[in-house]
Amino acid sequence: MEKKIRVLVAKPGLDGHDRGAKIVARALRDAGMEVVYTGLHQTAQQIVNTAMQEDVDVVGLSLLSGAHMTLFVDVAILLKEKQMDDVLLVGGGIIPQEDVPRLKKAGIAEVFGPGTPVEEIVSYIKKNVKR
Amino acid sequence: MTQLAEKVIAGDHRSIARLITQVENDAPDAVETMKQIHPHTGQASVIGVTGVMGSGKSSLIFELALVYRVEGKKVGIIAIDPTSPFSGGALLGDRIRMTELSTDEGVFIRSMGTRGMMGGLTSALYDVVEILDAAGMNIILIETVGVGQDEVDIVKIADTTLVVLIPGLGDSVQTIKAGLMEIADIFVVNKADKPGVEQTVAELQSMLDLVNNLDRRIPIVATSAKEKKGIDQLTARIAEHQAYLKDTQMFEQRRRQRYEAELLEIIRKRLMDFIFDEKKLKTTVDCCIDQIAKKELDPYSAADQILGKILK
Repeated sequence: MEKKIRVLVAKPGLDGHDRGAKIVARALRDAGMEVVYTGLHQTAQQIVNTAMQEDVDVVGLSLLSGAHMTLFVDVAILLKEKQMDDVLLVGGGIIPQEDVPRLKKAGIAEVFGPGTPVEEIVSYIKKNVKR
Repeated sequence: MTQLAEKVIAGDHRSIARLITQVENDAPDAVETMKQIHPHTGQASVIGVTGVMGSGKSSLIFELALVYRVEGKKVGIIAIDPTSPFSGGALLGDRIRMTELSTDEGVFIRSMGTRGMMGGLTSALYDVVEILDAAGMNIILIETVGVGQDEVDIVKIADTTLVVLIPGLGDSVQTIKAGLMEIADIFVVNKADKPGVEQTVAELQSMLDLVNNLDRRIPIVATSAKEKKGIDQLTARIAEHQAYLKDTQMFEQRRRQRYEAELLEIIRKRLMDFIFDEKKLKTTVDCCIDQIAKKELDPYSAADQILGKILK
């Protein structure tokens, strides 16, 4: 059987809005990927543990609350700590443009803002998945 | 022994996860490791949880896992959701109900897509049960996809099968239909916080009354995963069933049934791989076609020869 790309779509922190995450999850499903959705209010520890047990190739974080500089970075640090650097980490949501370079420096490979066509996310993942 | 096998047996979560991915993808490397872990299996109790979609299987599994954790048992959870027959993708959403378990070192949860398998399971499931068993899980809870009336394959793998129903699914005739209603070791009427639960329980009781030659009457437990009610009764009924299996030698019988199903699944997979490996099949077939054309061989003998090679 050919390898399927497995993606964890996660909602870190105190943010109850997951319409965007669900739209992305659905699009990735339709692109033939196996998408594990965590549900709301996840800690960085929960997200990284889940990523490990599910052995995902990609973690996609969605956040609209403004706490991305803390929560996205926490996930990146924990992934590195657990030597899970081969997991492609991406983020999306309401992320001001000026924060993007710092997020990328911290290990978030790409950031997708509002209005990004889902096809762009699909093709980015297909092109950049590391394993 | 492979390093991966050693780490899986030691219970290392990342290694468990990696090996599961390998068996899901039919990676050739996995076979050696699976061979090596088999002697370390057989300890875990395997509990299947099946029922219609939205009946609360995930929430119920979460509550059961909490009870087993309090008892100090290690818990493995396999949650299956459907793979799209159109895109091949899947949305695996059972973990949403189990979030609080994701940082518990004594719990390992894996979500799986059915990947084209019918019957409510996935073809790698036998392997995944072996892996979690070898890794030292005391309890393995398997959540099937939300089933209809006919997806009953869980009985081939579970020691104890819970059929989860909810109030309001139909009249009493539904309870005597074949399929799903025949496989329960325990009936669970979940969402007992909703109206109609007494009627559903009564209909199940009268269905069980129709048969009086059973040496064990199938228990019915009303639960509310939401209000955390009935969970202790359910774990008590599960423990009773497992004691019953051991007392009646049915335990060995069920395990034999599982290994038989597992073996048949491996054979099925290998045959399918051969048949659908078109290049290999074509090469094999091509060899005979000239001979058939020259009347040196007839098509039936050619088929016998080819199948003889596969089935040797």
